Amino acid sequence: MPKVIIASGGSCHQFTGGKTEFELEATTFRQLVRELDQKYPGLGSHVEEAMAVAIDGEIFQDAYQVELKPGSEIVLIPKIGGG
Amino acid sequence: MAKSYVSTTINGEAAEYLCEPQQTLLDVLRDVVGLTGSKEGCASGDCGACSVLIDGTLVCSCLVLGVEAEGKSITTVEGIAQGEKLHPVQQKFLEHAALQCGFCTPGLIVASKALLDANPNPTETEARYWLAGNLCRCTGYDKVIRAVLDAAAVMRGEAS
Amino acid sequence: MNYIDTNLKVVGTRPIRPDGVDKVTGRAVFAADTRASGMLWGKILRSPHAHARIVSIDTSKAEKLHGVHAVVTAKDFPDIANEEAFVGEGPMNFRDLSLNIMARGKALYEGHALAAVAATTQAIADEALALIDVKYEVLPFVIDVEEAMADNAPVLHDDMFTGGVTPKPTKPSNIAKVVTFKKGDAEAGFKDAEVIIEGKYTTKPVHQAYIEPHACLATYSSDGQITIHSSSQGHFMVRAYTAKLLGIDLANIRCTPAEIGGGFGGKTLIYLEPVAVALSRKSGHSVKMQMTREEVFRGSGPTSGAAIDIKIGAKKDGTIVSVRQVLKFQAGAFAGSPIGPGCMCGLALYDLPNVEVIGYDVVSNRPKVAAYRAPGAPITSFAVESALDELADKLGMDPLTLRKKNAAKNGSKTHYGVTHANIGFEQVLAAVETHPHWKTPVKAGQARGLACGFWFNIGGESSASVHVNEDGSVSAATGSPDIGGSRASMGMMVAEVLGVPVPRVRTTVADTASIGFTFLTGGSRVTFATGMAVTQAAEKVVDELKKRAAMIWEIPADAVEWRDGMAFPAGSNAGAFEPLDLSAIALKAGRTGGPINAEVSVNAQGAGAGFGAHICDVSVDKETGHVTIERYTAIQDVGKAIHPSYVEGQIQGGAVQGIGWALNEEYIYNDKGQLENPGFLDYRCPVASDLPMIEAVLVEVPNPRHPFGARGVGEVPIVPPMAAIGNAIRRATGVEMHDLPMSPPKVRAALDAAGK
Repeated sequence: MPKVIIASGGSCHQFTGGKTEFELEATTFRQLVRELDQKYPGLGSHVEEAMAVAIDGEIFQDAYQVELKPGSEIVLIPKIGGG
Repeated sequence: MAKSYVSTTINGEAAEYLCEPQQTLLDVLRDVVGLTGSKEGCASGDCGACSVLIDGTLVCSCLVLGVEAEGKSITTVEGIAQGEKLHPVQQKFLEHAALQCGFCTPGLIVASKALLDANPNPTETEARYWLAGNLCRCTGYDKVIRAVLDAAAVMRGEAS
Repeated sequence: MNYIDTNLKVVGTRPIRPDGVDKVTGRAVFAADTRASGMLWGKILRSPHAHARIVSIDTSKAEKLHGVHAVVTAKDFPDIANEEAFVGEGPMNFRDLSLNIMARGKALYEGHALAAVAATTQAIADEALALIDVKYEVLPFVIDVEEAMADNAPVLHDDMFTGGVTPKPTKPSNIAKVVTFKKGDAEAGFKDAEVIIEGKYTTKPVHQAYIEPHACLATYSSDGQITIHSSSQGHFMVRAYTAKLLGIDLANIRCTPAEIGGGFGGKTLIYLEPVAVALSRKSGHSVKMQMTREEVFRGSGPTSGAAIDIKIGAKKDGTIVSVRQVLKFQAGAFAGSPIGPGCMCGLALYDLPNVEVIGYDVVSNRPKVAAYRAPGAPITSFAVESALDELADKLGMDPLTLRKKNAAKNGSKTHYGVTHANIGFEQVLAAVETHPHWKTPVKAGQARGLACGFWFNIGGESSASVHVNEDGSVSAATGSPDIGGSRASMGMMVAEVLGVPVPRVRTTVADTASIGFTFLTGGSRVTFATGMAVTQAAEKVVDELKKRAAMIWEIPADAVEWRDGMAFPAGSNAGAFEPLDLSAIALKAGRTGGPINAEVSVNAQGAGAGFGAHICDVSVDKETGHVTIERYTAIQDVGKAIHPSYVEGQIQGGAVQGIGWALNEEYIYNDKGQLENPGFLDYRCPVASDLPMIEAVLVEVPNPRHPFGARGVGEVPIVPPMAAIGNAIRRATGVEMHDLPMSPPKVRAALDAAGK
């Protein structure tokens, strides 16, 4: 199952109660976000709005359709802006 | 308060305007005469974005009153090119990419022309100190100085 | 299509930018240069207090002043519920943004906007402001980040409970949130270390200091249609934020990007536009607003001041085994410092087995932080790169060798989970080693410093269109405001794909009604993402040109080739036709199907990260503490320099902003929390006489995700200078420099403290 790590516990604590590593069944990132939201209501939209995602090491801005492999590692990091 | 009538010369042409006594030359140029090339960066004479020449002398127009232009000859950035022919300073700024956002550029163009009118063969240090009154936040000044020294060489007939 | 490693004719050359003549002759129109008939001047009343309850605002006398057409306060703006929506740079809390542009209930910093007027002249507007009667209950204030974190600190928001802490706190705090990043086991790692370096570093708030103050011209027509001309890094952002803050449909707003006189992140959000629109709506006139320089310093978005603790453990051979960093960033009056990137960027350059980084986002009574070029990264790298230099000294190791030993490579995993791919850090370090500056012995009386820096760079949504005009010339439009010459590189990429000379392509920046959505100009994204869009649009146009040539020749479309700006029959079987250039095909456009154009929108993924290394030679006048930059070299991986002059310009400009941050710039507050230096005389930016030439060295490790291999370049160069200079000063004087700025009084004080 894809493994999800919330690399910056910070903003997600209020949803997950401090847990930062999960294993979830999902074949696309979109599905994964839905799974997270079902387990922790509100986390899904928070992830979409405030976090960027690195899937197997690569940062994605638009990750909905990205396919996840069984051993995929998904890391949620704060969204990156710039100046 | 009644406005003052001012009769002056701007970029070689006779000009006249009415202005409040406390209005700066910068505000008059921009809001009354309609020449918006000179810019307001600070209104306190610290950034040089409003640089103009008065009778050939480089000044910050935000530190000059509109009424002080009476009888004088003002040169703004709009008067540096001769019709379609750019001044060598302007041409070299373009070739050297000595501008990025372009906001400080009018002031730098006027100040650089004043430098080369006064000193046709400045050293890098002399150019840097002359232009120390013109703040630029984009370029780090490197290409600006190269453009000015290159323009000086062109004006001395040593380069093209 | 991918053009990396192909023979390029235009990309990589240095043509004159298409908007250049207007800029050197004063014709270019910036927001403050715009006019509308019957326009009024808008001005803002700002709090003189750092922290105060607004007991009452009486605008009646101001409203009666002859020449005043409208007065607004927070009453004229919707009270936005606590809601977040990501529309701009990072998650923007629109309630906070609304409170920032017009205070409601409390003034949270000196300069906080409380009311605004629109009048026929600037002088009358100023008079009107003086007639607005505000009653304050002045409250104790706090500005310094660590003081704001203290238990007994005055609290800015009764409803702020520190996020990222379990269980959720019940007492309000100035700590908006805590973030943590962990890799391996930092404590165990330190037990393995043979050498340990520890240090505390502080930085002061600094301002982006763009020379052009914020300005806009807004018109609210009686049918509810709004037009805004604005100095902004993102006109789609201006449209969306203005709509949100006024509670109107964004479809009713048309936003035109004026030429912009610098932003560097400080214009990635709004201050004036909703106020100007509200004044226009109330007065029935267009309203022009421009900030004074004082207002820019007091009322826009300087970056965080910070306190950083760092501990590095290494083996005697220089291998770093563990790093712990604690960062505390000022967010200003509302949450939202760049603490996330601050925690990520400093250590992203190195391959580290054990890392723990903890970051605090802390509010205090100073302006709300806005982005400033690689937000968070310069601050964290000041600490990391200074500590690494001290480590190198302790190990008796050359600072470059230490970097090389621990450098991240392709495949290195960062402490925040991303694996580096297609990066050029090793190549940058190799370029340092062979550079004449590095190889030249340091001159007597001088000392040398080295420091490195990183920025992610972003991609995102961009739209671009390419049109072939009836005469075969080309118009290219994008939605990206041009803050540094990007119009030139957009045009160059189009010219390259089409095979035409650069002057045949005219590039413009289109308004929100005329082009698809484009994310703002920032994050070093334009050459990457908008470049990708414009290249793809040009490719579509080439496909169409080939189809039209095929129709003219009456041969199949796949029997046509495009080369050097012309259609050729592909091989002799296709037919013996003379090649057709754009003007020949355009001439027949009406008869072959109509106008020839394409618009492409992308959500660009795969932005390549940027790495840089700076070498700095300084001399220190021990009597005055004055530091002179004697020689400066900035080496950076740029992927592919589309227009090398503008790439060099970004590196030089960013390096000099870093030099200012290092040596002179800071916000100086008095004991009432008021800013003492809101002007360019005493907020001391570098001037031409402060600096030598800045040598920019372009290393090109292509980013395979961009058609020409480009990476973002604008932000990396501001990251290394502070530590490069601090390291040089340390070698010159023997004194560690841990506090910014390293201005003459501070250097003198450090020398005094060390008994020198």
